[in-house]
Amino acid sequence: MSTLAYDSHAMLGRQLRRMRNNPGLLVLTQTMPVSMLLFFGYVFGSALAMPGGEYRSFLVPGLLVATAANGIMTGMFQAAADTHRGVTDRFRTLPMSRAAVPLGQACADLVVTAAGAVPFLLVGLAVGWRVEGSAPAAVGAFGLLLLFRFATTWIGIFLGLLTRNEEAAGQLGGATFLLPLLSNAYIPTEGLPGWLRTIAEWNPISAVTTALRDLFGNAPVPQGAAWPVAHPVAGSLMWCAVLLGVFVPAAVRGYAHGER
Amino acid sequence: MTTTYAVLSEGLEKRFGAVQALRGLDLAVASGTVCGILGPNGAGKTTAVRLLTTLLRPDAGSARVAGHDLGREAAAVRRVIGVTGQYASVDGDLTGRQNLRLFARLHRVRGPAERAGDLLDRFGLAEAADRPASTYSGGMRRRLDLAASLIRRPEVLFLDEPTTGLDPASRNLIWAAVRDLTADGTTVLLTTQYLEEADQLADDIALVDRGRVAHTGSPAELKGLIGTHVEVVVAGPEVMARAAGVLDQLTGARPTFDEERNAVGAVTRDSTLTLPRLVRELDAAGVPLLDASLRPPTLDDVFLRLTDDQDLEEAAA
Repeated sequence: MSTLAYDSHAMLGRQLRRMRNNPGLLVLTQTMPVSMLLFFGYVFGSALAMPGGEYRSFLVPGLLVATAANGIMTGMFQAAADTHRGVTDRFRTLPMSRAAVPLGQACADLVVTAAGAVPFLLVGLAVGWRVEGSAPAAVGAFGLLLLFRFATTWIGIFLGLLTRNEEAAGQLGGATFLLPLLSNAYIPTEGLPGWLRTIAEWNPISAVTTALRDLFGNAPVPQGAAWPVAHPVAGSLMWCAVLLGVFVPAAVRGYAHGER
Repeated sequence: MTTTYAVLSEGLEKRFGAVQALRGLDLAVASGTVCGILGPNGAGKTTAVRLLTTLLRPDAGSARVAGHDLGREAAAVRRVIGVTGQYASVDGDLTGRQNLRLFARLHRVRGPAERAGDLLDRFGLAEAADRPASTYSGGMRRRLDLAASLIRRPEVLFLDEPTTGLDPASRNLIWAAVRDLTADGTTVLLTTQYLEEADQLADDIALVDRGRVAHTGSPAELKGLIGTHVEVVVAGPEVMARAAGVLDQLTGARPTFDEERNAVGAVTRDSTLTLPRLVRELDAAGVPLLDASLRPPTLDDVFLRLTDDQDLEEAAA
């Protein structure tokens, strides 16, 4: 276990150093959610029935979770790039813990996500979003957000090890932008036709988004929603447990075995 | 003294879908030697290295690396090997120094910073040490790769086509590093397409063709299988028969004729035949000689002949 901790720490350092070497990319990925907040907040916010200010408060938790879901994309791209360029194979020939490479990557991603949330929330505050609930509830919301990001990164690492190709990962990663569109991250699901509403509410993004809105006190839990949205905190924890339970072992096995 | 083998494999087989990459690879590399695995593209060289470095698992067969069983003691194998290949690469987003420090930490080397600094100096990378590895030239990158596999002196070093596409200066640096390592007792297993590289570095050569070892031996032994090519050019067609008689006597081989050039050739496995003796004998027989040459076989000849022979054997079978 100490081997795992030591090696993961070394791999965490590797990922953070890579990002420091390439700050442009980091800035670019962090400005994306901010610009989406401004575009969606003012374009959709003016067209929707909800008053603009209220929509932007509704949108901030949604965008936080939609951005967290991009862990699939970044996790996949990094794992595929490392595999494609032979870095993964180099680690595989070293006497190090088999789980350390994916774990280090997932932890580094968490650090970046937490840091990236700061500028985003500052802009959120500027456009009218507030923590309207209690401080402990808000801390819980952040914990849930990071847990969800951690889970999506593992999905991405698993898929990246599977595709082993940067370009394929890039193409597939683009598709993850569609996931929040079929959830309540940008729009309330109450207006959707019944079957579409069911699909959207069983999207893990919806449960986590609802939990954040509830914990921040930005919007009440919608009436008559599917179970994970009606019980958003329990639903979010359930989703994270399922995702981690499936994809952590799958990614570790995928890493350890390679194409054996 | 009994020979100990740093790498010993028996009947390694590996299939990728419809392609049988290895069909019973038997390899024995004595400790402290350099073994060159030579073969055309697709012969199975890289698959063999990937199996022996625990990156792939064989479908059949077994192998021991530095005494550790590949299947049951993969972790122990990883502790004693170094790998530099076209695939096992360093991280381009990190600088050369960051890469080496990372690998030093993962190898639990004391003083990773000092170790990284030493290796950067030794491989002529000190100036570029703090630039991302992705900005390195091919030669610099390969040198960094090799440095990364030498963080802790490996018992067995695997080099998969270490100098393919390199400039002569980088190639010489890598060759020198390999020689230093073997002087210290490291065993090196090297795959290459360059016969010169095998000739320069290898104590033994395993010729691999279609997933099997076709021939093994020292470079000299393999060349001995082919023999020295003797050729003389004479003044006119009327003396070719006389020259052929002399060559026949000297080499015991049936001469071949090239009428256009008035040339007679023969192949001998007699390594004592020298050019002065050849010239004296022909002169004594009254052959007006215009040119004479003794061409020792190159590994290229060996390579072409031996892989060709197998084609013939298989066609006959």
